[in-house]
Amino acid sequence: MQLSRDQLRAAYQRMCLIRNFEDSLHEEFSAGNIPGFVHLYAGEEASGVGVCMHLDDRDAIASTHRGHGHCIAKGCDPRAMMLEIFGKKDGLCGGKGGSMHIADLSKGMMGANGIVGGGPPLVCGAALTAKTLKTGGVAIAFVGDGASNQGTTFESYNLAKVWNLPAVFVVEDNRYAESTASAWSVGGNQVDRAKGFGMPAQEVDGHDFFAVWEAARQAIERARAGEGPSLLHVKLNRYYGHFEGDAITYKGEGEIEQVKTEKDALMLFKQRVTETKLLDSEELTVIEEEAKAAIADCLASAKAGALPTEADLMTDVYVDYKF
Amino acid sequence: MPMKSFRQAINEALRQEMERDQRVVIMGEDIAGGLGAPGEDDAWGGPLGVTKGLMPQFGRNRVLDTPITESAFIGCAAGAAATGLRPVAELMFVDFMGVCFDQIFNQAAKFRYMFGGRAVTPMVVRTMYGAGFRAASQHSQCLYPVFTHIPGLKVAIPSNAYEAKGLLAQSIRDDDPVIFFEHKVMYDDEVDVPDEPYTIPFGEANVTREGDDVTIIAFGRMVNFANQAADSLAASGISCTVVDPRTTSPLDKETILETASETGRVVVIDEAHPRCNMATDVSALICENCFGDLKAPIKQVTGPHAPVPFSPALEDLYVPGVPKIEAAVREIMGKGH
Repeated sequence: MQLSRDQLRAAYQRMCLIRNFEDSLHEEFSAGNIPGFVHLYAGEEASGVGVCMHLDDRDAIASTHRGHGHCIAKGCDPRAMMLEIFGKKDGLCGGKGGSMHIADLSKGMMGANGIVGGGPPLVCGAALTAKTLKTGGVAIAFVGDGASNQGTTFESYNLAKVWNLPAVFVVEDNRYAESTASAWSVGGNQVDRAKGFGMPAQEVDGHDFFAVWEAARQAIERARAGEGPSLLHVKLNRYYGHFEGDAITYKGEGEIEQVKTEKDALMLFKQRVTETKLLDSEELTVIEEEAKAAIADCLASAKAGALPTEADLMTDVYVDYKF
Repeated sequence: MPMKSFRQAINEALRQEMERDQRVVIMGEDIAGGLGAPGEDDAWGGPLGVTKGLMPQFGRNRVLDTPITESAFIGCAAGAAATGLRPVAELMFVDFMGVCFDQIFNQAAKFRYMFGGRAVTPMVVRTMYGAGFRAASQHSQCLYPVFTHIPGLKVAIPSNAYEAKGLLAQSIRDDDPVIFFEHKVMYDDEVDVPDEPYTIPFGEANVTREGDDVTIIAFGRMVNFANQAADSLAASGISCTVVDPRTTSPLDKETILETASETGRVVVIDEAHPRCNMATDVSALICENCFGDLKAPIKQVTGPHAPVPFSPALEDLYVPGVPKIEAAVREIMGKGH
């Protein structure tokens, strides 16, 4: 399978949007402009985009604490996302969810999740809907290496397998669950675990968009064809802390810099498409500049946006309720 | 009107709602039963036979036996509800909420609010509660107050088969997540239940007895005990109003306050443990809003602050029975300011 030039441009555009979005949030958080907790996806772009390039609005994903990248990859509006993260009324969730609960069900984005391991059971549900209503859709659970140890995740592997659900579990292993190394916290390995449940599984270099794209293609085609769930163990790195404000004292000296220099996802993508002459570096530069300008514009909207008011406090608790 | 058991009424509501709406699916442990075993398919129809016969009619795609993994299938129901199905998940015993509560209170209950009103989660969790089955501490609790505490959830607690059929149909048609409580010793209890489908709206209490002296507010199975106590007290000249709120969330505050004010003497019956239960909640509501109308302190009749015991000798002491309710009514009849 080959990616068209348009698909390549779209993929690079989404990765650049994510990188700029997260870098901007890093600066804004440091400046004290963002309330609450923020967990950034910079460095992991190839995973979310490599998977979601195969999806459309009938497909669902469930995300993690680190959800901004999945949102953008799945087609959520970055402006509404930025407003949400700033707690504004016109945010994607009316300012009621924030970074950790950012969602857009109309795009099949079932939410970032404040609960580690919260997503996989929900994805079984989305996959059950697709199977029952015969929509042709698939559902993808992104989990971190931390959530990969949760009981909900194992239970979901089992349920997806015994119900033969059109689901894919994508374990984004950025090597640290908060500050604790997955080398210490994960018993066995992700691929063997999946195989223990009878699921096809493979390990993928998460810095390499093309590797993720190809592995995801196989898993998603399998799910769409009614051949059941599978798992991808995507190995990657995050550039920022677990949350913003984390001093990252648990990583080795130069660890992040080395990844940035040698394996940066955007850099590798650019090298690959220019060396193979699929895209030229001028058009990539245009995409980069457009992404930067677009996120700057989102940021300006978010800063200028109105705050929710007391009238919003008690709406949206129920569809219908007599308080 | 035909007499039907609580079990039949629930089965009928499920069947009629599944016939009515293709998006309704049911899932749970052994709800058909026998899957993968050499014997009978639909072997159990749920451990107490409540869902018997639904799998043969609707097939395995809509009647889903699950592994014993409550986190996965209750979360699955939440995810399915948010994406277009109307699942009814059976949490066999409410005591098992400990292994799936996150999926209910952090996920399903909060989707709509966290997502800025852009989600509907029309799921129902049917679950068994209550003491009297000699089922001991981990299969006998009344945990509806816990769910009542959570914004985003609705909680229905039917007191008989008629109520169960109408409230379950409403639960399934409702666009918010509903926790539906079935008392395990009531499944064989029969009352008149119409054959045709009907719904009972949430948040509208049923006044089952009208009297002048005391208002008894009771929940679930306790409504029946309250009615028995009221009938027996009537013979000795004490006339009671009995209120069945039907749902603890939403709660029909209006009827509770109105009937409390009318008699000025209130007894609240709740099988749950005494701290932070429906009895304390309703008592506080009345004290805050119509304290001036009260002629005597409110009396609460509840289970004790102890786990449900196994031995029949102890469990019978645990459950608030008719004699305790009668004694409470007589006690506040003798009290005044």
